[in-house]
Amino acid sequence: MSWFKRSENEIMANGEKSVRTEGLWIKCEGCRQVVWKAELEANLNVCPKCGRHFRLSARERIDSLLESGYDLVDLELRSTDPLEFSDLKSYKARLQKARQDTGLNDAIINALGELGPHSVVLSVMEYAFIGGSMGCVVGETIARAVDRSLTTRHPLIIVAASGGARMMEGVTSLMQLAKIATGLAQLDDAKVPYISVLTDPTTGGVTASFAMLGDLNVAEPGALIGFAGPRVIEQTLRQKLPEGFQRSEFLLEHGMLDAVVPRKELREYLIRALDFMQR
Amino acid sequence: MEISAAQANEAPAETTTLAWQKTELARHPQRPHPMDFIANLFTDRSEIHGDRAFGDDAAVTCLMARFHGEEVLVIANLKGRTTKEKVQRNFGMPNPEGYRKALRTMKIAEKFGRPIFTFIDLAGANAGLGAEERGQAEAIAHNLREMSRLRVPTIATITGEGGSGGALAIAVTDRVFILENAAYSVISPEACASIMWRDASKRALAAEALRTTADDVYRLGCVDAIVPEPEGGAHTQPALAAEMLGKILRQSLSDLQQLSIEELIAQRQKKFRNMAQFYTS
Ligand SMILES: [Zn+2]
Repeated sequence: MSWFKRSENEIMANGEKSVRTEGLWIKCEGCRQVVWKAELEANLNVCPKCGRHFRLSARERIDSLLESGYDLVDLELRSTDPLEFSDLKSYKARLQKARQDTGLNDAIINALGELGPHSVVLSVMEYAFIGGSMGCVVGETIARAVDRSLTTRHPLIIVAASGGARMMEGVTSLMQLAKIATGLAQLDDAKVPYISVLTDPTTGGVTASFAMLGDLNVAEPGALIGFAGPRVIEQTLRQKLPEGFQRSEFLLEHGMLDAVVPRKELREYLIRALDFMQR
Repeated sequence: MEISAAQANEAPAETTTLAWQKTELARHPQRPHPMDFIANLFTDRSEIHGDRAFGDDAAVTCLMARFHGEEVLVIANLKGRTTKEKVQRNFGMPNPEGYRKALRTMKIAEKFGRPIFTFIDLAGANAGLGAEERGQAEAIAHNLREMSRLRVPTIATITGEGGSGGALAIAVTDRVFILENAAYSVISPEACASIMWRDASKRALAAEALRTTADDVYRLGCVDAIVPEPEGGAHTQPALAAEMLGKILRQSLSDLQQLSIEELIAQRQKKFRNMAQFYTS
């Protein structure tokens, strides 16, 4: 099953979706209008004219949700390249470049902090790091977030942004799905809340594991969410996919999501949900 | 179709690799399917149909059966031999309702304390419009979580292709076995080649790079044991291949039944928690 079907360029792209920077101005691909960059940033990277949600980095996401004074944890883990994988370029070189580009060791950040009145464990994926793909480090980091929630009983929130399992770590990346799902079963048994937030894009092995296992699964508007990528399905079926296929609103309509929540309302939504779940 | 490392090394790198030859063995047209192993190993089989929600996936079968006289549940994917049957069974690639049927029957087995055997030989979960609409990802995710806490012994065997999440969705088990010439991978060599080499014909290189052979997967700690096959591969002597597997399954079930349910689940969860930890800090 192909869970990682981006072209190389896209894999290495910098996490910017349809944003073309020309100095201080950006042309929004949602509405084709020119938007002042500072205005876009002040609006949590949501187009003030059409509401299109552009990607947030993991750090920006954490800042948008937690009170200041949070702690970043588990940042030190680094992949050991278990397959010694190499295609046209070595995986080690790809890792090195991604580390330079993002300042992170892998595609994930764990944070401990306050979400309104709730102490939470927040795990956020970084799409700019090799397409947010999940290898052993992402798997272990999320598993540690689950462990932290189990120990402290603080609710777990995972924000997904990922093309799926990391091909360059082969079957070891596949096992991360089982690892995290197993932890989430224990968290569920312990009745500790877990909310999954799906952002653009969430596909492949990430969707087919923790992203669909929240007590609530909520998505940002317009996010691509699915198991197989749209190009794979198009190739298999040899037909064009319907408009809006695999977007958040499509999943909501098909009963796969609990809510589609605009970025501006996400923090408030999560607090509301945790009020319901927490005694 | 015997292969050796020496032969593989002699072949030009662009055309073949040992891993690719193993992939061809795993996909050999005469290779016994899961149902061929099951027919040899289990008696008194009675099928349970349907997911109670949408349909009855013809790519997945769930059977009440007896294993050396003991009541067990058997789950497998079905690929079909004839073209007509292959199409009917979607080439062995399950839809969400197949995974949901599997989980539904596993819950029945759990309720009545019956061990569960799964057999896997599939390229992957079905990728299609309907599969997406009906929540393929959710179905797989749900199985992963629920299988990790099933209160009965569970044993999975990858007999041919272990195709990514579609295989894992019935392989979060106390024991995971893989046949000597079977493969377990996160992506097919063809798909990997077309993404990373931008050339699907580089599949042999991709197979090698992905480390998909039973030996590699075992070395990486992602399966519990390798099941030997008859000389030349399971297809040369299917009955003997089934017998060799049967011995291991019987021993394994007996070992698991020595444990209390609490110990069993704790061991299973610890195994997956500590699996594939390839990182430094
Ligand atoms: Zn716009």
